[in-house]
Amino acid sequence: MNPFTYSHATAVDDAVRDKASHHDAAYIGGGTNLLDLMKENVERPTHLVGLNRLPLATIKNNPEGGLRLGALATNADTAWHPEVEKRYPLLSQAILAGASPQLRNMATNGGNLMQRTRCYYFYDTTTPCNKREPGSGCSAIGGYNRIHAILGTSQSCIATHPSDMCIALAALEAVVRVSGPNGDRTIDFTDFHRLPGNAPHIDNTLRPGELITGLDLPAKGFEKNYSYLKLRDRTSYAFALVSVAAALDLEGNTIKEARLALGGVAHKPWRDTDVEDALKGQPATADTFRKAATQMLQGARGFGSNDFKVELAKRAIVRALKQATEMKQGPSDVFLNSNP
Amino acid sequence: MSQYTNYIGKPTNRVDGPAKVTGAAKYAAEFNVPNLAYGVVVSSPIAKGRIVKVYSKPVLKIAGVLAVFSHENVPNLAWFDRNYKDDVAPGGSPFRPLHEDKIMFNQQPIALVVAETFEVARYAASILEIEYEEEDHETDIELKRAEGFMPGRGKSGWMPPPPPRGKPDKEWKKAAHRIEHEYIHGTQHHNPMELFATTTEYHPDGTITAYDKTQGVYNCQQYISKIFGLSKSEARVVTQYMGGGFGSGLRPQYSLFMSVMAALELKRSVRVSLTRQQMFSFGHRPYTLQYMKLGTNPDGTLAALQHHALHETSRFEEYTENVVNWSGMLYQCDNVKLGYQLAEIDVFTPQDMRAPGAATGSIALEIAMDEMAFEAGLDPVDFRIRNYAETDQNMSKPFSSKRLRDCYHQGASKFGWDRRNPRPRSMREGNMLVGWGMAGGVWDASQKKAAAKASLSGDGKLLVTSATGDIGTGTYTIMTQIAAEYLGLPIEAVTFKLGDTDMPEAPVEGGSWTAASVGTAVKNVCEELGKKLLKQAQKMKGSPLKKATFDEVEFVNGQIRLRLDPNQAVVIRDVLQASGKDKLEAETSATPNLLKQSTHSMHSHNAVFVEVKVDEDLGTIHVTRVVNAVAAGRILNTKTARSQVLGSVVWGISMALMEETVMDHKFGRYMNHNLSEYHIPVNADIHDIQVVFVEEEDEIVNPLGVKGIGEVGLLGVAAAVSNAVFHATGKRVRSLPIYLDKLL
Ligand SMILES: Cc1cc2nc3c(=O)[nH]c(=O)nc-3n(C[C@H](O)[C@H](O)[C@H](O)COP(=O)(O)OP(=O)(O)OC[C@H]3O[C@@H](n4cnc5c(N)ncnc54)[C@H](O)[C@@H]3O)c2cc1C
Ligand code: SF4
Repeated sequence: MNPFTYSHATAVDDAVRDKASHHDAAYIGGGTNLLDLMKENVERPTHLVGLNRLPLATIKNNPEGGLRLGALATNADTAWHPEVEKRYPLLSQAILAGASPQLRNMATNGGNLMQRTRCYYFYDTTTPCNKREPGSGCSAIGGYNRIHAILGTSQSCIATHPSDMCIALAALEAVVRVSGPNGDRTIDFTDFHRLPGNAPHIDNTLRPGELITGLDLPAKGFEKNYSYLKLRDRTSYAFALVSVAAALDLEGNTIKEARLALGGVAHKPWRDTDVEDALKGQPATADTFRKAATQMLQGARGFGSNDFKVELAKRAIVRALKQATEMKQGPSDVFLNSNP
Repeated sequence: MSQYTNYIGKPTNRVDGPAKVTGAAKYAAEFNVPNLAYGVVVSSPIAKGRIVKVYSKPVLKIAGVLAVFSHENVPNLAWFDRNYKDDVAPGGSPFRPLHEDKIMFNQQPIALVVAETFEVARYAASILEIEYEEEDHETDIELKRAEGFMPGRGKSGWMPPPPPRGKPDKEWKKAAHRIEHEYIHGTQHHNPMELFATTTEYHPDGTITAYDKTQGVYNCQQYISKIFGLSKSEARVVTQYMGGGFGSGLRPQYSLFMSVMAALELKRSVRVSLTRQQMFSFGHRPYTLQYMKLGTNPDGTLAALQHHALHETSRFEEYTENVVNWSGMLYQCDNVKLGYQLAEIDVFTPQDMRAPGAATGSIALEIAMDEMAFEAGLDPVDFRIRNYAETDQNMSKPFSSKRLRDCYHQGASKFGWDRRNPRPRSMREGNMLVGWGMAGGVWDASQKKAAAKASLSGDGKLLVTSATGDIGTGTYTIMTQIAAEYLGLPIEAVTFKLGDTDMPEAPVEGGSWTAASVGTAVKNVCEELGKKLLKQAQKMKGSPLKKATFDEVEFVNGQIRLRLDPNQAVVIRDVLQASGKDKLEAETSATPNLLKQSTHSMHSHNAVFVEVKVDEDLGTIHVTRVVNAVAAGRILNTKTARSQVLGSVVWGISMALMEETVMDHKFGRYMNHNLSEYHIPVNADIHDIQVVFVEEEDEIVNPLGVKGIGEVGLLGVAAAVSNAVFHATGKRVRSLPIYLDKLL
């Protein structure tokens, strides 16, 4: 770990300015990811801009009928917020499927979006990794890649974005609000994270120095029919091998609108609007779900240790859509959706 | 034995519990001695090669950095292998930290940076530049199948497999039903919660006290005294509390070497703590390939049994464990062939881990037994009882005691085994398949030489000491109980202390032998002290015990009294007062009674029953119910013993479903070297666990009749999970861990 300086920002402008005025500075929210990366020498900022005193920890209704989540609200406060629980239970469920209570108490919404991949090689500075050291090669291709991507991969990187929260945010079509040296702007959630292409060191479309200030959730929350299903190597406190955020708007048994996003399979939350469009007007049956799953996984490929994810993702989609349709817990769902 | 009434066998709460939960208990890295410097270990990024140069100069310029130690400047130390051999070292040439430029395994400790603060040391270590010359490494045991060899050097406690008996090949071919399969599990690392660390306090007179994390303080003392040329009085080693060991603390770890070396060089106290990543840089349960052949006769008795194992060892030591021998003694079979081989790869030497050997062997044997029962159309419990071994056929000796049959019966009954539909995939709950499986195992009941000291002071307080360890198992508590029992004192008046080389010697805390070994020493020393007390009591004016022999008195409720006339008594405190001494002391040791023991085979056994629920579509497995019936002689404390078995079951589930250290052979490096990606169970993975103790009367194992409970509970758990998964799904998984994708 490097020596570094630290300052608290109390206003967004100050934070942006402070960061811009230092070489190799980084924002720090809960620190649950950044500090680990610093201890592993993966990131070596020389100055930290502390964000926790920014007035961005609130959650309140926005003018468009949706909800605005402050970037500095913790994951726990967000998941347990009455409005989130009532109107966006999919988001609550996704957040609670992640990490542990202790981590969620520290982790901020902004930090959650910005957390970096859990690729073993990215974390181990003795091995080549294009994301950590552009041009050094990708060790995961041809190496151990159980937790790696099967969709949208490139020859330079097959890492996944590890967040659970972001999968629900993608399905709910949240909008990211940012402030930067050149002013404020918004980014549609699906455009926020990017695919690795030949620049895997860039995780997202945030411009240098930009700060996430909040997230806007649209009015429609799919609170009646939803499911966040997460499959992992132990029941809690593990990252997703595959996760599915499913949200349905049903009229009787007919799908009026569907949202589907996959986690653990790509460098970004994976959505396919063609699949969602194809679900429109279909009966909510196992057959429909299977077709959607097949379509969603078109073009997916494994890299050895993660080959199983292609089939697992299909089955998970079918199950999540079924759970969203039925909204009742079968015996197995008690284990699958328990989030201690 | 019936005289045990007051303390032995009772569910006494942990006497060290309050110290642990209040933080008063201090662990190796928590001794904040004055003027402490901090060392951070630099680990090799390559698996094999040599160090060309260590560029220490830039690092030494950093304010606060005191020294950079590497093979380039490490002081002249002992040279011979024997100086580096610890009590439990396997055969071969032990690894010597910072000894030479050679790199023999990935993450090898190659330098130590010492600084005024931990932060500076860590930073300096992170930028220390080292130049390497890489050589090709081999780390894949799968590619070394043809290069297995019979170990020649072994290690203490290792027994080569017994020679074949009967006609195992011929009888297998003729058998009515046969199976033949391979079983695999990968590398596993112990991962106790507490990281390895040593705080070496440097005293003005040049002597040292090393607060270390170890399962054997004497082992560590002799290790450092031989390497650094210190006499025993110059090097004290202390481990009062330990945040788990699981075998990782049996051998001295390199934090000890590093911290002592730096302290002696800098003439200053130095602490070295390893990181979680570095916890994957030393001993581990070896990657093991096993091959089983079983055949049955038409009546369901075993016609033939063959069990072969091949596992990794390092290039420099022959790590051995008893993997296959158990298969020759758990069941009655006259045609048996057992084989055991090692293959060398470029890793650190494996190390005993949670029931070493038996945990591994019982996976293959007990899954195979389940397969065999299925082939022969027999119930797995019935099949085992048909093949019950009444004698140890490996040794041709009777068992000192063995109530495994009762474990089968009591375990099955508690579990409700009779309601099992034997057909795979026949039991369901909604979209989940339910499976019931069982297995079992056998473990050594051994006793080692151990010593203890007892001191009774005028206020009636008893202090008993022995340099054993408590790795969280309950040693403090059971030794307190034994002492209170034998001297008839209130348990609050007894204090037991351990883990200090200033105390009488005890063996490393492992092998499940501590209760038997140290327990007997504590019993003996209390009896010695009792004899002294009696002598003093007889000197008292009008003593009612004047003519009593030691056998005629008993120590109960703070009194010495006549067994036949309990009203004839003296109060122990009064004895001390009357004697005019401020304390009475005794010190003695206990050695195994080999004459008695050598005629018998001494073992503990268990039978474990497991329920799993498997999501058929998604492959997720939950172990919803476990009953573990254990026969391990006398149970000294039903609470701590139960906790040990609960822990064993958790580790068994862990082994079955989660644990695996994955090596990337391109780098010869373990890649999931952290607790985020090396999975062990969390609370949500653990459900109902019930423990049944089938107590055995055993006068042969040791005077206390205890067999040790630390390891036996783990045996068969992983196999039972796999067997239950088969019963649930019809899929037989012979390679652990059973990740969900193996069921897709
Ligand atoms: C053991 C463990 C298990 C975990 N398991 C899960 C899991 O199962 N599922 C899951 O989803 N997550 C999991 N996490 C990750 C956790 O959710 C993230 O670490 C957390 O959300 C990050 O938030 P933070 O506020 O602590 O970010 P920090 O660590 O403070 O920052 C992370 C990054 O975001 C940047 N940043 C922070 N705030 C802002 C902002 N407002 N604007 C711009 N940049 C910003 C920082 O500069 C840094 O680069 C786990 C973490 C750990 C340590
Ligand atoms: S997958 Fe991406 S993060 Fe992982 S090693 Fe390859 S380049 Fe690095």
